[in-house]
This record gives sequence, structure tokens and C-alpha cells, in this order.
Amino acid sequence: MTIEEQIRTKIEEALHPKHLEILNESHMHNVPSDSETHFKLVIVTDQFDGKSRIERHKIINNLLALELSSQVHALSLLTLTTPEWDSNNKKIQPSPKCLGGQKTGLSTKAH
Amino acid sequence: MSDNPVFEQLQNEVDDNDVVLFMKGTPMFPQCGFSAAVVQTLTMAGVKFKGINVLDDMETREGVKQFSNWPTIPQLYVKGEFVGGCDIIREMESSGELKQLFEEKGVEYAN
Repeated sequence: MTIEEQIRTKIEEALHPKHLEILNESHMHNVPSDSETHFKLVIVTDQFDGKSRIERHKIINNLLALELSSQVHALSLLTLTTPEWDSNNKKIQPSPKCLGGQKTGLSTKAH
Repeated sequence: MSDNPVFEQLQNEVDDNDVVLFMKGTPMFPQCGFSAAVVQTLTMAGVKFKGINVLDDMETREGVKQFSNWPTIPQLYVKGEFVGGCDIIREMESSGELKQLFEEKGVEYAN
């Protein structure tokens, strides 16, 4: 199973999202072309109702703790309830450009 | 929680400075796009902040993740309280909540 499939399975099982997008943004970074290191997730679920942003992110971070402690170096999250997603006009902010931590040779890992 | 000696040092930083950003690189030379995006947001907001480069010290880099119970960098603290990472800060900036938080907490502004 790819990391992307692994992430999808875990989130679908735990959160039954109304909408789920998994964007592999690794190509924006200085890693081999087939890498699964940088992801952006858009998760829309009613299970986020009444929860703060930090609480929502923590739910995802805990679900994906294994992936985050191994292959996945960067995880960008947009965590919304259904009404928030509708009023957000389904817009997703682009991720920041990579500044190439690896490229500069100044650090061993970008994230 | 308190068994890690790095925690005391981290606690002192967030106690002694109104706004602290744990980041990769320095505010002048960020080494990661996510850190750079938060530096830019804080600079635009006009607040005085202390950037702590986690790449300088492996113990800080791993310690801050446990300290905040948050697996990724950057991490923003305002008046000793964890506010979030890049996605949360950018969302709060767009919605006006970040400006409101700085005002409510009475943080020091840059000249």
C-alpha cells in the first residue's frame, strides 16, 4: 500500500469524511520524483463540529502519528465542517514554496 | 513531561517572550517554506517576535515536538500559549482572528 492509500484508509475509517482530498506535494520539494514525503490534506467531516483548529489537527496528527514519525516530513491540513467547507467556497490556499532545506545543504531534512 | 531537560529551556523562552516562533532557519533566512510563511505573517502583523532555529540543536528540534504535543515545525506561541502551526496561523490571519489575538493578549509590537 502506498502512503497515500494508507492515509486515505485511516482517515476514511476514523472520520467518515464528506470530502477528502489528498494532495501529494512532494514534487514541489527537493526529493526524488516518486516520493511520498509532503502531503496536503483537505478533510471535511461533521466530527470537527465544535472543535478548535488545534483539536482538529491533533486528531489527524494522532491518526497519522506513524506516518509522521517515518516517511512523511510535511503535512499541511485544512480541516473543516460541512458548513465551513460550503462557506469557504471550496477554496484551498496553495502551500508555501519550498525553500529547499536539502538543496542548500544546510540541513539534512527539509521538514 | 518534565523529565526532559529541554522542556525547562523551552518553557523559559515562551515565558520570557510575548511571541515565539520555533522555526527552521532564522527570521532573516528561513530554510523551509512553512516557516517562511509564518515569519511573513508575523512581520505583516507588525508584532515583535523571537525566532528560534530548531535546526541549530537536535534536542530542541525533537524536544519542541513533545513539549507542544505537535509533530511539525513551525510552531507559534503567544504569551506562553501554543497557537498552532503554519496552516492554523495562515487561516487565522485570513479570518482576522490572529490580529484579534495579538490585541487581546496585548503583545509588544515591533518599531
